Amino acid sequence: MNTEILGIVLIFLLAVALAIPLGKYIAKIFGEGKPFAEGFFAPIEKFIFRLSGINPNKQMTWKEHLKALLTINLIWFFWAMLLLMTQSYHFWNPDNNPSMSPDLAFNTAVSFLVNANLQHYSGETGLSYLSQLACITFLQFVTAATGIAACIVVFKAFKEKQGNLLGNFYDYFVKTVLRILLPISVITSVILVFSGVPMTFLGKANIQTIEGVAQQISRGPAAAMIAIKQAGTNGGGFFGVNSAHPLENPTYLTNILENLLIILIPIALIFALGYYLKNKKLSIMIFGVMTIGFLMLLIPSVMQEMQGNKKITDMGISQIHGSMEGKETRFGAAASAFWGVTTTVTSNGSVNAMHDSMTPLSGLSQLMGMMVNAFYGGVGVGFLNFYVFLILAVFISGLMVGRTPEFLGKKIEAREMKIAMLIALLHPLLILGGTALSSFLIVLHQYGWLNNPGYHGFSEMMYEYSSASANNGSGFEGLGDNTPFWNISTGVVLVLARFLPIIGPVAIAGLLAAKKQVPESAGTLKTDTGTFGVMIMAVILIIAALSFFPALTLGPLAEYFSL
Amino acid sequence: MKTHILPALRLSLVFIIIIAFVYPAAIYGIAQLQKDKGEGSKISVKGKVVGFELIGQSFTQARYFQSRPSAVDYNGGGSGGSNKGPTNPEYLAQVEERIAAFQKENPTVNKPAIPSELVTASGSGLDPQISLEAALVQVDRIASTRNIGKEKIKKLVMDIENKPLFGLFGPSTINVLDLNIRLDALK
Repeated sequence: MNTEILGIVLIFLLAVALAIPLGKYIAKIFGEGKPFAEGFFAPIEKFIFRLSGINPNKQMTWKEHLKALLTINLIWFFWAMLLLMTQSYHFWNPDNNPSMSPDLAFNTAVSFLVNANLQHYSGETGLSYLSQLACITFLQFVTAATGIAACIVVFKAFKEKQGNLLGNFYDYFVKTVLRILLPISVITSVILVFSGVPMTFLGKANIQTIEGVAQQISRGPAAAMIAIKQAGTNGGGFFGVNSAHPLENPTYLTNILENLLIILIPIALIFALGYYLKNKKLSIMIFGVMTIGFLMLLIPSVMQEMQGNKKITDMGISQIHGSMEGKETRFGAAASAFWGVTTTVTSNGSVNAMHDSMTPLSGLSQLMGMMVNAFYGGVGVGFLNFYVFLILAVFISGLMVGRTPEFLGKKIEAREMKIAMLIALLHPLLILGGTALSSFLIVLHQYGWLNNPGYHGFSEMMYEYSSASANNGSGFEGLGDNTPFWNISTGVVLVLARFLPIIGPVAIAGLLAAKKQVPESAGTLKTDTGTFGVMIMAVILIIAALSFFPALTLGPLAEYFSL
Repeated sequence: MKTHILPALRLSLVFIIIIAFVYPAAIYGIAQLQKDKGEGSKISVKGKVVGFELIGQSFTQARYFQSRPSAVDYNGGGSGGSNKGPTNPEYLAQVEERIAAFQKENPTVNKPAIPSELVTASGSGLDPQISLEAALVQVDRIASTRNIGKEKIKKLVMDIENKPLFGLFGPSTINVLDLNIRLDALK
């Protein structure tokens, strides 16, 4: 088989092979029994709690969890704004990069706060090294941990027979950072450093090339940041072009590592659920649905990229390596397409090739990955999104076969359904509303935002709002998005699309946990079967895919048929 | 909310110290063991630094192997792709121009032998590599400009080919800067 195809098969298999033990480990951390290295982590955690004046054993209801989560997030927002707007005074700023304008700082602070990492700046010229570490890297850790902590609250609620005490938010948060994110990041950064990724506080290097031309080369403390940006489905790169940059992702081996990290924790959390509830069948069903959805998006994209751009084939040159505009030679077409789909189905958003230059059907797959946002999904929040679809599927199939809609022994009623439906519809509203608004403005005022004419220009705007609403962070980067309109409008979308889809599912789970558990009977709808998996997939297709279909025909589909 | 502000502030402070200072310091410390101390690996010729191993350069002279087109002209102070869409007419015209220019500089090459990566811009604008085919297709030009036998140059290219990982995974590549430095050393 082709070495490029073998390469991406390897990434996927490695990710799943590592996700299973990691899932088991995560389930142990938050469940019963003594997790691995308890003796090492427990004293550190105790010390951190003492410094912070927190009692990690104080039980919280779902409302208290959300209060704690939102309060600490608000603090991080102000911290980020402060750092970004004072950069010119920072130490660790050898390239003398300037402070950000207020609207750009707002967009950047929000977008890292919500784990999206939409970047309307370029790392080389837009950030000090202090901001890279104390703002960006810091938020990449803590926001990933926020998502996972919220997911654990929901896991806990599933297990609850009848009650409303769901553990302690700070406890989940601290354990996630110390026991999951930091170890993965340390291992990864060490591998990256030895593969040639810089970890230095020196500024730009100035050299003369062998043709005698002056060349500048940006550097910085990149390795530490790149590790967590990949593992925490953050995606905001150290350098402007993210993991396409040879110093951010130097070899095919680092590409395998960085790409498998994109899907590692999202998949591990699905297995963690199975171990945690001692219900492996449920995990396998969820993993199966997600994987089928993922493959449906992946296969067309890989095929199209490897085939190349038809317009260039028509010019009579060779495209043996596929469509190479915006791609790096060391990764090739297949690995670039694979990354493109994995980064958009999860809410990672890092890139190793320019999505704007990919063939139309790849753009379609990437857009749909973000529109569904639950095929693996972001760390923690991916499962929360999937949970919304699952609740809808339980209700609809319950009605169809005339059984009481129940999930894990809890009856689903009007209140939970309303929340689920609102959350499911929020996403199309934000994406389509935003795209409609920007399309209207561009027709009205002829703004020079777009880098490409026609259908593709429309896709650039739709991609930006999809990325914002999915908290993804990748972009069709041709879009000139560092303007007050884009900074503020996507900033608002980012906030709404982060916190409401955390609040909704946590509320549903909390409400269900307080209900009395109904013992399973012959009348119970089985939710861990293949049949039910088909139902979930149908709900996802109806809600997510169909609401976006008209807009997709105007963008990538129209472009595909015009090739 | 009020009950959460103080603990949240203190917890944030603790984690800022751990994440922004302790963790990077540890990685920085480990990086000191790496051969370039984590500063990026430089390439020198006769004691003079001429480039970074991982950062591509622009080669405009006919006597050197060309790198791929770059949207940022190989300025490593930034990075960037063209972000041109696949059906953008302005972009397609630019590719046509590059093909014509390449044919002019390499008159012995047939159009169907030109690999597309030589006429399309890379993602980073700093791509240090080209494919084996993209190097071989330039051999004729180099040989006649430098008056060296084709076979000798072809052998040089084949010798420095980066094979797929473990011979199994990913594409094979040629580092252009490395190739050109060796080319200069060739007698």
